[in-house]
Amino acid sequence: MKILRASRMERCIGCHSCSLACARLVHKRLSWNTAGIRISSAGGLSTGFEARTCVACNPAPCATACPTGAFSQRKGGGVKVDRSLCIRCGNCAEACPVEAIYIDPEESFPYVCIHCGRCVPFCPHACLELADADEGRQEYGGGQGTGTGRDHGGQ
Amino acid sequence: MRIDFTSSRVLHVDMESGASRVISFGTRSAHLGGSGLAAALYTEYGLADAPADDPRQPLIFAIGPLTGFFPLMSKVVCGFRSPYTGEWSESHAGGRLALAMRFSGYDALMITGRARSLSCLVVGSRRVEMHDVHYMRGQDVFTAGKYMRRFGADRHGHRSSLRIGPAGENGLGYACINVDSFRHFGRMGSGAVMGGKKLKGIVVLGDGSFTLPEGKAYPALFKKIYSDVTGTDMMRKYHDLGTAENLLVLNELHALPWRNLQQTSDPQIDGISGERFAEQLLLRQTACAGCPVGCIHIGLLRQQFASDHEYLYKQVSYDYEPIFAQGSMLGITNASGVLALLDETEKVGLDCMSSGVALAWAAEALEKGVISEKETVVPLRFGDVHSFIAAMGHLVRGTNDFYRLLGQGAAKAAAEYGGEDFTCVLGQEMAGYATGEVFFVSQAMGFRHSHLDSGGYAYDQSAKDKDVDKAIDFLVDDEHKRVLINCMVSCMFARKAYTPERLQEALSSLGMTEAADALTDAGRMVQRERWRLKIATGYDVNAVRIPKRFKEVVTWKGPVDVAYMDALKQRYARAILDMAAAGGGEN
Ligand code: SF4
Ligand code: SF4
Ligand code: SF4
Repeated sequence: MKILRASRMERCIGCHSCSLACARLVHKRLSWNTAGIRISSAGGLSTGFEARTCVACNPAPCATACPTGAFSQRKGGGVKVDRSLCIRCGNCAEACPVEAIYIDPEESFPYVCIHCGRCVPFCPHACLELADADEGRQEYGGGQGTGTGRDHGGQ
Repeated sequence: MRIDFTSSRVLHVDMESGASRVISFGTRSAHLGGSGLAAALYTEYGLADAPADDPRQPLIFAIGPLTGFFPLMSKVVCGFRSPYTGEWSESHAGGRLALAMRFSGYDALMITGRARSLSCLVVGSRRVEMHDVHYMRGQDVFTAGKYMRRFGADRHGHRSSLRIGPAGENGLGYACINVDSFRHFGRMGSGAVMGGKKLKGIVVLGDGSFTLPEGKAYPALFKKIYSDVTGTDMMRKYHDLGTAENLLVLNELHALPWRNLQQTSDPQIDGISGERFAEQLLLRQTACAGCPVGCIHIGLLRQQFASDHEYLYKQVSYDYEPIFAQGSMLGITNASGVLALLDETEKVGLDCMSSGVALAWAAEALEKGVISEKETVVPLRFGDVHSFIAAMGHLVRGTNDFYRLLGQGAAKAAAEYGGEDFTCVLGQEMAGYATGEVFFVSQAMGFRHSHLDSGGYAYDQSAKDKDVDKAIDFLVDDEHKRVLINCMVSCMFARKAYTPERLQEALSSLGMTEAADALTDAGRMVQRERWRLKIATGYDVNAVRIPKRFKEVVTWKGPVDVAYMDALKQRYARAILDMAAAGGGEN
């Protein structure tokens, strides 16, 4: 199983292309919030950016907290989501230790990363990667990598 | 939420009464958005007969129908009566504002009236709040930004923060509005308009989300445009050295203004070239929200503040124009010196181009004895960073009559003290292109008196002949294409990617077929409408003059041809009057 990792956020330019892509392609919405990855400035614009996204817990506290089975454990970490079962209680978001789940204030549905990787090709600086779940699962996320980002091309 | 594309959704806030209301405004296929929407709103709500500084005059921020939907649709048009010229004007900025406005659910924000006490406005998809911020009076842009973080703190990272510095509060003619630290509504004094409304800051929370059109057309077109702007070399220049790469190029061409345009080239260029900045001071690049190019170059300013190896560091954004205005124009030949000046300008909330060029005039005027240190207070000298930083302080505080006049533009100071021949003013303080006749005429007479109205500087560089009709046709046609871009509102750097046909495709993919079909005609109407408004608010195209300094310029092509420039001027004046009148009658 693959998981999404925001492993090179030092290179991030704060374009929000990743969030917009997830919202557009996975959730069919125009938004930078209702997405599995969200970008914020790490304490004011002058200190760079950080990504709020699922770190693929195994076991996943959000799945344990979910009373309906809408969130269930995904093999390799993270969760599988069945939106039709969701009763919009918000327990998952409360249980997540890294604030990876966004509750849309309009409909109260949770938005979380499903590790599909569709945002990855839209990052112009190769900050994101789809990695093997068991590879580099420790604190050290693989350093700077060798790619130069932009030279990967947009797609 | 669902977006209704047939009209524009406008939030009107009146600072005087504190009341606000949402207006469903106009017809999309007529005003399009951005530039066209701002002009249409002014026509409806503006006071053509009242002066520019009447607080009832609207200050308008407008996005376009494609904002947020496509890459580089990341800019906002600010429309206002300019305190500098008195006329209807525009300034454009990016940062996070365009997306924040899109996600707050408004196509435009229109502000009228003057608040009783210094205020900060907070706007989101579910709130409109006015906060009394009397304690922020006189605060610099950075400090104000820090205080403003408390507003809408629950939407961290997804809000935009606009604020003015003391320059805006004190009504300087070229006070800017800072957007998210590194971007600006710069020229023509929008900051003073905000100050006149006692509006210190605006926070826009982009906290809503919207349903997308069904079908594959939209995501497919997005992908295509995205790979055009990131996968090809089209945008390379902007994220590589950035626009600062132009310094060497223009210096080489003898088209870079130095020391108040007394020279157009200098061997000391290496100290302030884009290459020098990139190699020694570039920290990182950043982007406007929604733009994968990331052209914003941030430089490191390291300053010693005490003798014992005690340093502080700051992050200062740079670009070609700021380096010209506060570098070569002031005779500064050291990149860190330029950053120090830019940092000061940023802090007080002045437009860096106008203030640099105005101070360059003051330095030459002092050198020539037209004015004395009684006026300048500090011994302004080309190349002396510290004297210019000190002068910036006098300018913002308006410490004497001289600085108060200079704060309204070099031409106004020169009218009083002399030295008009060498004011580098073309409608407003010049942009960094001493490329020749076509550019000088296009800035002097153009809609925004900017290098962004049309590509006159590029025309100067490519034209092989001196065909007046051809040159003016180019300016008019290029302006039309840019009007379309400014209505959507895309970054100007994406103008090659967003041809009129591409814009039509994009509008259609979102279901706006009527606007797509009407696009070119509507663009002509907006172009006309902008000229009509500029003229109705005081612009006399026949009164434009080009100071002597521009007639003495020598470029790679040789000395400026004054007869050609005069002919261009006559012809462009006619073209502008024709545009303003075209299809007219109803007004
Ligand atoms: S959403 Fe949060 S709690 Fe659930 S798996 Fe991801 S990081 Fe862990
Ligand atoms: S991996 Fe898929 S679900 Fe996760 S943020 Fe990217 S696009 Fe969204
Ligand atoms: S797409 Fe990449 S560079 Fe842009 S915000 Fe996301 S992580 Fe940062």
